[in-house]
Amino acid sequence: MKDKKKDAILEPGLSASSPPTGFQVIAREFKKDKLAMFSLFALVILILTIYIWSSMIDQQEMMRVSLRDKFAPPGDKFFLGADQGGRDILGQLIIGARNSLTIAIAITVITGIIGVFIGLVTGYFGGWIDNIFMRIIDFFITIPSLMIIIVFVTIVPKYNIPIFILIVSIFLWPGIARLVRSKALSEGSRDYINASKTMGTGDGVIIFKKMMPNLSSILIVELTLNFAGNVGIETGLSFLGFGLPPSTPSLGTLVSYATNPIVLSEKWWVWLPASLLILFLMLAINYIGQAIRRSADAKQRLG
Amino acid sequence: MWKTIFRRVLVMIPQLFVLSLLIFIMAKFMPGDPFTGMITPDTDPARIEELRIQAGFYDPWYEQYFRWISNAAQGDFGKSYTYKLPVSELLGDRALNTLWLALLSVFLLYLIAIPLGVLAGRYQNTFLDKTVVLYSFISYAIPVFVLALIFLFFFGYQLQWFPTSGTVDIKYDNGSLGYIWSKIYHILLPAITFAILGTTGVIQYLRTEVIDAKSQDYVRTARSKGIPINKVYSRHIFRNSLLPVAAFLGFTITGLLGGSIFIETIFGYPGMGQLFIQSISGRDYSVITALVMLYGFLTLLGSLLSDIIMSIVDPRIRID
Repeated sequence: MKDKKKDAILEPGLSASSPPTGFQVIAREFKKDKLAMFSLFALVILILTIYIWSSMIDQQEMMRVSLRDKFAPPGDKFFLGADQGGRDILGQLIIGARNSLTIAIAITVITGIIGVFIGLVTGYFGGWIDNIFMRIIDFFITIPSLMIIIVFVTIVPKYNIPIFILIVSIFLWPGIARLVRSKALSEGSRDYINASKTMGTGDGVIIFKKMMPNLSSILIVELTLNFAGNVGIETGLSFLGFGLPPSTPSLGTLVSYATNPIVLSEKWWVWLPASLLILFLMLAINYIGQAIRRSADAKQRLG
Repeated sequence: MWKTIFRRVLVMIPQLFVLSLLIFIMAKFMPGDPFTGMITPDTDPARIEELRIQAGFYDPWYEQYFRWISNAAQGDFGKSYTYKLPVSELLGDRALNTLWLALLSVFLLYLIAIPLGVLAGRYQNTFLDKTVVLYSFISYAIPVFVLALIFLFFFGYQLQWFPTSGTVDIKYDNGSLGYIWSKIYHILLPAITFAILGTTGVIQYLRTEVIDAKSQDYVRTARSKGIPINKVYSRHIFRNSLLPVAAFLGFTITGLLGGSIFIETIFGYPGMGQLFIQSISGRDYSVITALVMLYGFLTLLGSLLSDIIMSIVDPRIRID
């Protein structure tokens, strides 16, 4: 009994005088939830491996077609076998994963910046600014965005990766903006915001220096879950053939080889590893997001 | 009540208008026009030009837009260039196929989700509850095309429990019992895939509802009157928790529409989603614009349905 108490005092950040805040709470949640901890470590190691390994692969050499190795099964020459063009699946998997992750990160950052900015501003000011943006956001949320993205992808001339990121981002910021707005709206009526207004603090300072830090945990959760969603969207579009240009490997492109029934039923090594990698990424990122969400809400905390 | 519905429908009109404008602009940017496909080495370019003028190709854009939208409102979306059929005729069959798939999916979805949600809520924090929570987490995180492919590979090709594409075996006559069974058999696997992906929301919602209801006064009253616990769950809690879940229906339909593009492509099911992908590859623009417009309309209808059900269930959110 006594020892436990002593430990609690000695543990950094848990002294009786100041309750744990911010990242300490998140760290505690992860310590309590072993699966979340495992997901975090596995994800970090996986992402580092993918980025380091992919920088060592000669993409041109790897993408060279060699018909002699057509659909070579996993073995000595190719660890995970080869595809229709005799190209190494493992190499494509690593480069594809890097491309998919990079694009998902880029989309998350762009939609995050636009969504958070518009959400905070509309939620804080309200009035006509809010009205106009809410109409726009409502419109974006009720249109069949997947189809319109596909149409855009097919009609844009000189299609490349930055344009793909831009097109997808146009349709994904409203979801973030709507959530941030509703949180900013309730935060805006708090006393500390009113106090700042009375003291004559500028609106910009209130929004970004006072309101945003208080919403940071919600923003982190939202962006983490969005990151997982964006991995799904990019791989999904590439799977249908409307994502990355065909010359660029993506996890979705690898999975899309399975639309050929022979590949699907007999050459599992072509599409299954990519599918499982996507599955693992989605599960791990979502699980981490859920753990952070729990730590942001005192009622749901485990630790 | 009617006032709420009326206002909600009024809000839809500008949204449909802007959507139609967006689609029209996209259609203008699509390379080629309906006459490009008619060009053969023997055609006289002047004749094509004449046809273009006749069809109003060089009219001001607002006149063209107005003509297109008024035709579309009457169900005339032009002619498919690949199928040489009026688009409305082509869409009819496909829409019916998608409708069957959607109906069976929604049925299976509630069949799976309602018992799981209620049981998880009732036996909160038990092994059963934890399993259900884990299941709903996985079904939330897994992308639709990955699950569909794994199911098709495993149940379709490895175990051969289900057919791997199409809608019906050709050996049966239209209308016979075997025909109907074959049809259901073909949509069963895609429908199960759909249903599993859609269960997450319903299970989580139902579970929280039941957990909340447990500590309500009406439940305590019923228990103290001596009503058996099973009856309290089946009669009192279940009914009260189910109404909000009904409101999910609209969103479920919206979700089904987005997923139909993947599911129908993977399972080789000739519905609207598959038609969309085929039309994009075949550059069949009149079909594309009609489909995007139709999906947009159905999506709006789905959210309208959800809002109406919710305002019946919870009068506080009605617009005055």
